[in-house]
Amino acid sequence: MALLQIAEPGQSAAPHQHKLAAGIDLGTTNSLVATVRSGEAKTLKNSAGDDMVPSVVRYTADAVQVGKVAQQAAVSDPYNTISSVKRLMGRGFAEIMAQDHKLPYQLVDQQGLVAIETAQGIKNPVEVSAEILATLADTASQTLGGELTGVVITVPAYFDDAQRQATKDAAKLAGLTVLRLLNEPTAAALAYGLDSGQEGVIAVYDLGGGTFDISILRLKRGVFEVLATGGDSALGGDDFDHVIVDWLQQQSGETELSHQSLRQYLQLARQIKEQLSSLDSFHFVLPTAKGELSLSLNREELDSLILPLVRRTIRACKQTLRDAGVDTDEVAQVVMVGGSTRVPLVRSLVAEFFQAEPLTSIDPDKVVAIGAAIQANVLVGNKSDADTLLLDVIPLSLGLETMGGLVEKIIPRNTIIPVARAQEFTTFKDGQTAMSLHVLQGERELVADCRSLAKFNLTNIPPMAAGGAHIRVTFQVDADGLLSVTAQEKSSGVSASIQVKPSYGLTDDQVATMIQSSMQYAKHDMQLRLLREQQVEASRVWEAVSAALAADAHLLGAAELLEIEQALSELKQLSQSDDTAAIKAAIDKTNHITDDFAARRMDNSIRLALQGHKVDEV
Amino acid sequence: MNYFQLFQVPAQFDLDLTELGTRYLELQRNFHPDNFAAASERDRLLAVQQAANINDAYHSLKQPLLRAEHLLALRGVKISHEQRSFTDTAFLMQQMELRELLADILHSTDPYALIDEAEQQIQQQKKLLLKQLASALDANQPEQDLLAADIIRKLKFFFKLQHELELIEQQLQD
Repeated sequence: MALLQIAEPGQSAAPHQHKLAAGIDLGTTNSLVATVRSGEAKTLKNSAGDDMVPSVVRYTADAVQVGKVAQQAAVSDPYNTISSVKRLMGRGFAEIMAQDHKLPYQLVDQQGLVAIETAQGIKNPVEVSAEILATLADTASQTLGGELTGVVITVPAYFDDAQRQATKDAAKLAGLTVLRLLNEPTAAALAYGLDSGQEGVIAVYDLGGGTFDISILRLKRGVFEVLATGGDSALGGDDFDHVIVDWLQQQSGETELSHQSLRQYLQLARQIKEQLSSLDSFHFVLPTAKGELSLSLNREELDSLILPLVRRTIRACKQTLRDAGVDTDEVAQVVMVGGSTRVPLVRSLVAEFFQAEPLTSIDPDKVVAIGAAIQANVLVGNKSDADTLLLDVIPLSLGLETMGGLVEKIIPRNTIIPVARAQEFTTFKDGQTAMSLHVLQGERELVADCRSLAKFNLTNIPPMAAGGAHIRVTFQVDADGLLSVTAQEKSSGVSASIQVKPSYGLTDDQVATMIQSSMQYAKHDMQLRLLREQQVEASRVWEAVSAALAADAHLLGAAELLEIEQALSELKQLSQSDDTAAIKAAIDKTNHITDDFAARRMDNSIRLALQGHKVDEV
Repeated sequence: MNYFQLFQVPAQFDLDLTELGTRYLELQRNFHPDNFAAASERDRLLAVQQAANINDAYHSLKQPLLRAEHLLALRGVKISHEQRSFTDTAFLMQQMELRELLADILHSTDPYALIDEAEQQIQQQKKLLLKQLASALDANQPEQDLLAADIIRKLKFFFKLQHELELIEQQLQD
């Protein structure tokens, strides 16, 4: 409803009220928060004066520490100090165990999902990430002096549905309103593109601590169109550290490392990598069981250690250019994102491949957070003349399991989102009332080689003869890249109900339980929060419908108008009460009564949009 | 839904793709969900559906085969994908020969020469069929529409061959 008015945020009820919004870069190694103040996007510093917060969380028996303090305890308290948790988001226990990575804490199987045993009991990656998000949001609201209306959180473009959902769940658990999950390369392009007024095709090469993304975008008059995206959601600077650790271990002659020395080796590896970004060779002391070893590594040796990893990223660039249908020489610029792009070998191989000097004028560690802040500012409605349009794509194909363990693709990768595609199914037995769908994500042909997203069980299908029922299943991917599935039996119009069993994620109920049991929300707080949510939604609905009436009441008959006006005044009255259930009922009622009006206005507005009229002239 | 109407472009096979692109962006600027981040839940859902429709419509009009199919669907002609068998033996022979050619590429001593040859043949046939398709659709007559449907079916084979050829080329390069 009120689609047109809200499309022009300047027309909202309180046009000049500046709303607080922030962009959060939830990174594997470091996280940042940024906001737009006086027209400029900047990262925010916490009370210790840092804007880069290590993505490390430590659970002690009676406290939770986040950031630098936690990181400092990594060696002394390895089991309770969790770093690089992003690599565990939306992942199964078995797949993490199958990786050849050494993680210095105790992983446990939480109903198929990976979780970590800590001094405060078992914590899953969503809970750990929520701690980081809450800390960053705190920094923002303290600096800005008020509660945040909403946040934009960035995710690697190559994150699959389970990883995106896990990120959104973490924000929910941290008590944040997510305006949008934004792909990291798109955020970086936004930061650069708006800065320089650049037009043409650009590549964004994003090598973070644990993920690699490559995106090819076309920039034209405020439109950021992602042509293709590719990458590896389990490849990053951490892997450079691990190959250096392997080398250190060879030098020390130790066959097995304790958790503590693994931590020590990892920190040393990071130091070596960082030093060799500017120095040609680096001398250091390696503590071993047999005493200290004095060693050195030069840049050439480091390059040969990490070359296979960097080559993997170049292969992905090649494939993504192909998918975009773009030749190397059409790429005007390469934007470098992520701390790992400081490694000289990375820069030189990328420059060589794209035949373009990489762009690093915005700090590669901050550029994503800055882009996210710009978009958060637009989405929250502070910038009424926003003329940017972000057209993103789905990074991995979505498909369904068919006979023989094969996958049939429903939505191919690099399709612009939002997207909806429908598929028809029929029953194969007389009187069949249920069926099961297995949704997968990936490019391979076999179910076993793709990532299982969820199993959907359709029930309440009206009983008919075999082949008689025509069930239309619609797969919809929203602007966040998140999938939802609806189903309807065509001849009867009956909506089949769907139970979703995420393969590597939490159900809505599980998230709700986590929120309830979380220490941050005592029962009273929880109820208050639910009430607040409904009050906010009620005022949104009221504003939207009122604005719609002001603009398009002529589309309604007298009786319809009266009914809507009554519902509105009822909604307004109730929205100030503290009866959560009654407010919700009033919202539902108003929505129900105005469904038809909303559809009519939508049709009307599409016609008008293309009649050469600007929407705000309507 | 009539996609031509949605974009306010003439319902014909020959389309100005630049104009289509401009109209598409104009619509997305108004209906992309990012415009509704602060809207009520129902409105946000509507916006996602609307933006998805617009994307789908653009996708269908941009590609010649999908555009032709949509045009035929609007005229009440459905392409029955697998049911109809081809009686055009010359076409079938040609397909078989091209398939053999593709199969030989990876074992050949000069694979790129074979790729060029296949590419040339496929492009030539595609061009010819697309021309025939355009004139059949322009006629806007029932029997010409049925002919158009046949041409679409044939074209699909060539598009598929072209895709396979691209995969073979990639395999060679990697």
